[in-house]
Amino acid sequence: MADLFSKFDALIEQRETLLETGLTDPFNLVMESVESPTVAICNGKRTILLGTYNYMGMTFDPDVIAAGKQALDDFGSGTTGSRVLNGTYVGHRAVEQALRDFYAMDHAMVFSTGYQANLGVISTLAGKEDYIVLDIDSHASIYDGCALGNAQIVPFRHNDIEALEKRLKRIPEGAGKLVVLEGVYSMMGDVAPLKEMVAVSKANGAMVLVDEAHSMGFIGDHGRGVSEAQGVIDDVDFIIGTFSKSVGTVGGFCVSNHPKFEILRLVCRPYVFTASLPPSVVATAATSIRKLMDSAGKREHLWENSKRLHAGLRQLGFTLGTEAPQSAIIAVMMPDLETGAAMWEALLNEGLYVNLARPPATPAGMTLLRCSLCALHTEDQVGEILGMFAAAGRATGCID
Amino acid sequence: MSDRTETYAKVTELIAPFNKKGVAITEATRFAQDLEWDSLTVLDFVANIEDEFDVLIPMNLQAEIETVGQLVDALQRLIAQRG
Repeated sequence: MADLFSKFDALIEQRETLLETGLTDPFNLVMESVESPTVAICNGKRTILLGTYNYMGMTFDPDVIAAGKQALDDFGSGTTGSRVLNGTYVGHRAVEQALRDFYAMDHAMVFSTGYQANLGVISTLAGKEDYIVLDIDSHASIYDGCALGNAQIVPFRHNDIEALEKRLKRIPEGAGKLVVLEGVYSMMGDVAPLKEMVAVSKANGAMVLVDEAHSMGFIGDHGRGVSEAQGVIDDVDFIIGTFSKSVGTVGGFCVSNHPKFEILRLVCRPYVFTASLPPSVVATAATSIRKLMDSAGKREHLWENSKRLHAGLRQLGFTLGTEAPQSAIIAVMMPDLETGAAMWEALLNEGLYVNLARPPATPAGMTLLRCSLCALHTEDQVGEILGMFAAAGRATGCID
Repeated sequence: MSDRTETYAKVTELIAPFNKKGVAITEATRFAQDLEWDSLTVLDFVANIEDEFDVLIPMNLQAEIETVGQLVDALQRLIAQRG
């Protein structure tokens, strides 16, 4: 009998070799308790969190927590049903209203995760005769949305406006076109040239979907994302977002001004054939989204943190994913997986958690230590973080 | 026929920068097994091919192409369709 697991042998062996050296498994960390959006206890040690995507620090906001507790009391622990059957409570409607208000758009549809939002919207919108043109470095959920549908899938080189334009012009006349972009690319923390790309897409008759998962609440005057910051949000047909980053819980959504948008609720399988979010989750999300509308001070502090960490790491001699900070993500480039894992462990021992990112999640086979800042990281914490990077970097030979 | 020879020559030229192991290229060379290309290398290579021949090779079509010869055949079809 052929063992269906033998396809994973190379990966199993790579993991075993790495762990045999006595290294802590970077993909098996347990948070024993969580004190705040920026501090947890890991292996009994107080650890600063710098890899959570909890950009706006809403997870312990007292109003958010109170809303969740109230909803648990009033509506129970779960809906046990699909949104189109018994799984739509007033809370689901309320969080969709909060999203419409936040983005100033006509329609909002909430999914059980951000992954499912991309999976559902992309696979449902683009049919067999249609073309999806997407950035090569797109998130796995975008690729999986493409794989679930029947459209023709055409990737183009990362952030390359000309490559996008060339491909759009080669699509046969009359075919439906969907261009899929991200505001912030989560591996390197770089921002897309949406102003130019949205213009090129529209000029070539394509609809545009932008995943703003890593920019919501933080980038743009109202925190609506990179498309707002670059002045093209009115030309974007669909914005995909998530509750699991700035909003501070779990869930995903799509907002749009398309007049026929609501029909998606009946035809989008990842929306229909799964249970809706628990009442406590939608209550915390709605409260958090409404508070994010009025967070200019926090946004400013988050930018300060990002700039300071970027400059400090550069000064220490680390190579970073972007020349200048473009988002709340700062990617520290590692020469290989072994060094990356050693550096990750050294940081953890210092009391700092970052994400170890490696292929296939990363572009071009890179190993990265990905840092995501929080608006609640204090100035002192950023100083502490830089000290830990200096010590760990020297101990592992990453810097002189 | 000379068209196909030309396409084949151009394809082998574009393979060269990604042929890290210096595998001898024939019609039967397989991209995954012989050249040992991962998905990211494939994406890069396909982008170059698309720009060289001014065609689109959607991922669905890529999945059906295993060998250099099959790619050349697919390109001949796409070039003919383009007119």
